Amino acid sequence: MMDRYSLWQVIGIYIAMAMFLIFLLLPFFEMFMASLRPLEHLFRSPYQFWSDDFSFKAYSDMWETVPLLGRYIWNSIFISTAVTAITLVFVVPASYAYARLDFPFKNISLSIFLGVNMFTGAVLLIPLYRVMSTLGILNTYWAMIVPGVAFLIPTGIWLLRSYLEKIPVELEEAAFMDGASRMYTLRRVVLPLAVPGLVVVGIAVFIGAYAQQFLFAITFNQTREYQPLPAGLFEFIGYQSVTWNEMMAAALTGVLPVMIIFLFLQKYLVAGLTAGAVKE
Amino acid sequence: MASSSVSTHPTKRPARLSQSAFAWILIAPAMLFIAVIVAWPLAETFRLSFTDTRIGPNYSYVGTENYQDLAESRKFKQTVSRTFYWMFLSVSLKLVLGLIGATLLNAAVPGRALFRILVLPPWVIPIAIGMIGWLWLYNGAFGLLSGVLQSLDIVDKSFEFLAYKRSAFYSAVVADVWVGVPMVTLFLLAAMQGVSRDLYEAAWVDGASRWYRFRRITIPQIMPVIVSMSLLSAIFTFNSFEIIWILTEGGPRSSTTTMIIDSYKTAFSSRKFGEGAARTIVIVCLLGLFSIAYLWVLNKVTKYYGTK
Repeated sequence: MMDRYSLWQVIGIYIAMAMFLIFLLLPFFEMFMASLRPLEHLFRSPYQFWSDDFSFKAYSDMWETVPLLGRYIWNSIFISTAVTAITLVFVVPASYAYARLDFPFKNISLSIFLGVNMFTGAVLLIPLYRVMSTLGILNTYWAMIVPGVAFLIPTGIWLLRSYLEKIPVELEEAAFMDGASRMYTLRRVVLPLAVPGLVVVGIAVFIGAYAQQFLFAITFNQTREYQPLPAGLFEFIGYQSVTWNEMMAAALTGVLPVMIIFLFLQKYLVAGLTAGAVKE
Repeated sequence: MASSSVSTHPTKRPARLSQSAFAWILIAPAMLFIAVIVAWPLAETFRLSFTDTRIGPNYSYVGTENYQDLAESRKFKQTVSRTFYWMFLSVSLKLVLGLIGATLLNAAVPGRALFRILVLPPWVIPIAIGMIGWLWLYNGAFGLLSGVLQSLDIVDKSFEFLAYKRSAFYSAVVADVWVGVPMVTLFLLAAMQGVSRDLYEAAWVDGASRWYRFRRITIPQIMPVIVSMSLLSAIFTFNSFEIIWILTEGGPRSSTTTMIIDSYKTAFSSRKFGEGAARTIVIVCLLGLFSIAYLWVLNKVTKYYGTK
């Protein structure tokens, strides 16, 4: 009863919703329209919204203009997946410690982690470049993975900690009483229970890694074969002309696999964020 | 410190680690990683900021000269106030739109599951790719926005959004809001769904209007999340680099140069690493002040609204 809306209210909600979604989806619509236009049409003035020479030709031509396109799309996903996996390896033990254990400097060290959250790589590029070169990983996949992991560890700890706090402590105490070692308890009791939380944190970290790989890629990697999609797209800007329609087509095609994965995972994401956000 | 309560239990295996030792074993890998990739570069930046390092290997320490230059530079002061204006504008828009969006998504109407999915894309895709879309939208001759304005006779010839100081600035704000709104919306939605239904029902029985319930129940209940979202957005907006860089590279005539763009340009475009480092340190200090203020506010809010 309480949730009943009058007809006018429902119409109002839908109109407002439509405006909200138009704002959020407009750039995608524009990219799609541009990808359908033949190149010479793109530069036709005055602006024409609709014309009859739309085609999907750009979607087949783009693979020839930039032969490595498939590789770039794959690299993007590979880098983000690697960042997610490595980040979780660091994050799981640390967030368990913050969720359950009591130890000296707990709050100070946690604030240090959260402090890292405040930087983006953009402010530290010069010294980071030197670190990468000292480690000998410039122009490799690692040059994009390592900084990605570092800047996502704090977010991961922050999110996962609130999950682990919700797992009933009694199970661990029981295992502990039975003489299980601390590490065994963590591996065999806590981890299996934390799987839903791990999925959510994994998704969040993946989004972060996927969204932000451009800067590290253009700064630390010159090897074309390792470039992720956002950097690879700039190859459509050629010496003679920019094939904008193919660039748009490639951008949309490139993000499609990840969007489809998200379609399936978004339920967990929203549910997980609910749990995380209410906590603090 | 607190290991006493546990370790007094009679243990079967005497070799079990103490709580603090175990905790530090768990944290050490993450700590070390951050130390090498973030803390050390930060320390290095701090050192560089007292030098006149340029492209070559030779440099000398110049004391606080870089900082003094910044303090006296009118241009830098303009950049700082522009950054704060940019942040204030963008964060308020993100919060207002996010609140509206979350309320809409929370309304019990058919189709809301689909709407929730459609909100995600700007957040999920790489920022650089979203900006290619905006770049085209803002294009005067071939972009949709200018085309629509022309056909509505609001402008009489094509309008280049990114070519004029004022319009470039506001265009960049809109693009930044676009990137940030989905996350704010989802977190606020999540918080709204965590509010107990009993509260609403009690108010509804007493005849409270929907608007009254929103004002007196929803807003206070989700206040801690609003506060944390505003700080997170503030930090993201302050740091946002790719958005401005791809759209305008800080131009035209520095009208979209925020502090982060300024320090990047100084270091990489002009190769004045020392001066760029000094700008970075100023940014770090400001961000530090921010988060202290945030913790203080969050504390007050949590106490005031009495949530856990």
